[in-house]
Amino acid sequence: MLGEGAGTGSGGQEMMHLGLGPQHPAMHGIIRIVTELDGEVIRKADVEIGYLHRAFEKDCEVGGYNNAIPYTDRLNYVSPLINNFAYASAIEKLLDIDVTERCKYIRTIMSEISRVCDHLTCVGATAMELGAFTVFLYMIKAREFLWELVEDVTGARLTISYGRVGGVKADLPDGFAAQATRAFKDVREVLSEVHRLLTGNRIFMDRMVGVGVLSREETIAYSITGPLLRGVGVGYDVRRAQPHWAYDRVDFEVPTQKDGDNYSRYLVRMAEMEQSMRIAEQALATMPGGPIQVDWEGRAVEPPAYVDQGKQGKTDGLLLVPIRLSPNLEGQERRKHVQVNADDKRVVLPPKEHTYGSIEGLMNHFMLIMEGYGIRPPLGEAYFATEGANGELGFYVVSDGTDRPYRVRCRPPCLPPLAALPRMIEGEMIADLIPTFGSVNMIGGELDR
Amino acid sequence: MSGAEILSALRARFASAIVETHEHRGDTTVVVTRERLRDVLRACRDEPALGCDFLMDLTAVDYAKYPGREDGPRFEVVYHLYSLTHGHRLRVKVRVEEDDAVVPTAVPLWPIADWFEREVWDMFGVRFEGHPDLRRLLLYEEFVGHPLRKDYPINRRQPLIGPKT
Repeated sequence: MLGEGAGTGSGGQEMMHLGLGPQHPAMHGIIRIVTELDGEVIRKADVEIGYLHRAFEKDCEVGGYNNAIPYTDRLNYVSPLINNFAYASAIEKLLDIDVTERCKYIRTIMSEISRVCDHLTCVGATAMELGAFTVFLYMIKAREFLWELVEDVTGARLTISYGRVGGVKADLPDGFAAQATRAFKDVREVLSEVHRLLTGNRIFMDRMVGVGVLSREETIAYSITGPLLRGVGVGYDVRRAQPHWAYDRVDFEVPTQKDGDNYSRYLVRMAEMEQSMRIAEQALATMPGGPIQVDWEGRAVEPPAYVDQGKQGKTDGLLLVPIRLSPNLEGQERRKHVQVNADDKRVVLPPKEHTYGSIEGLMNHFMLIMEGYGIRPPLGEAYFATEGANGELGFYVVSDGTDRPYRVRCRPPCLPPLAALPRMIEGEMIADLIPTFGSVNMIGGELDR
Repeated sequence: MSGAEILSALRARFASAIVETHEHRGDTTVVVTRERLRDVLRACRDEPALGCDFLMDLTAVDYAKYPGREDGPRFEVVYHLYSLTHGHRLRVKVRVEEDDAVVPTAVPLWPIADWFEREVWDMFGVRFEGHPDLRRLLLYEEFVGHPLRKDYPINRRQPLIGPKT
């Protein structure tokens, strides 16, 4: 079947071509790897991408600045919150505005929760492909605890659209810190179980140690960042190198390993999850604004009654009356709104009390929503980078002064490792492709955009 | 190094090659001529004081509909460099005309430029001279046109064509 020399890795008359994917259970998402095999040894490999291309960058150019937020959810769909915040921060850099302290902490906390979700998925899937199905189930269980937190904050699980230019959609719900503490405790238990199951496990180590090695020089030449770069001993982390949001006010380590193989990447990811939870815990403890006092003296009003009062000209003191918002607007009450959004009328929608209750608020709202108005950064360009789960996630935005971005470029963190994938698998056995491909954690959404 | 120091170091070496420099929102940018682009990039990478060992990103912008730039060179190819040792960033740009949209390749300097340049060719139709294998990266070979150009309509549909048999 395989021709002469099959299985020996040498002496074959001709190479066998084997295409893996685009549809293959081990190709997370859709990607095609065309391999040239000598027996079971990969001599040459070519990676074909683009199967999930959906014109993210072009789509961003046709709507307002905030319209791109839902598209960014779909870049790295395992940790969509980081994409939201990175995009919003790039626009804020272009506008030269600063968000509130509380907003910075929320972005930090939610990014770290997303990072843990991402690493859990990556390690769990890799382990499953190597036969450790239990680990996969445990890790998905742990991810579920965290997704419940995400669901409580954003109202959605995957396509969360929680970031906004100039702030976030809504404040954290009441009692979030206690909930997060419980979830982290459960996740830590799962991690220690996984450590007992995998770290040091003979079967797992045989498949991971010394497999998929990329040297330090090549990793840098391929501009690979994230766990793969830290796996070769370079402690580069955007959170540490260019601190943004609240990363300069929390204490954390940048774990590194030196071997550059799949096992190093596994250890880096496992250590990073612990660090991420540390960051989130510290940020929750020191978050400004604190718990939000509910000391409303006036009665809560239904929005239609509120609007009626405004229409009748009974606006005296109306802005001080709290309003009962629908549950999907929870966390957007005026008190909370000002805590998490920048004080900039050119960018941030006014709180709903103002929109319903005053002509200024209504005009402000329309000025931001109407086509041709909205957020209009001055001419110029900006590049903002943060540490995504797979490495440096950068947004390069060019503005032409109108309400639509002239150009949005996303620097996808998992594209460089995929470009270097042939270098990692050439010369190794075909079966080793699976753990190596798992350890680069390819995410089709951000790779193909 | 601060942005101003990077710019003065580059000016000292490549005075004639620098078209424009600016620092907007804390991002240091230098626009260079196409003829010296490779030399500038090489100096950015190899000179110890600059030490930009990472080609973080390589992309392009179509300025065909940008206010004040309608007549000027249509494309800008943008290189985002990062220095691991110094922790600074630098943006290098080169401008090319539509009818002569060719830029020397950066693949000998950074192998990652291979895929980045294929993507720019795919999306903008800017060619990279000396690139070993300039195929489309995200779209398929039979695709007509370059979708991130400003004159490519967002709603144009093309039938999906399978590989040549």
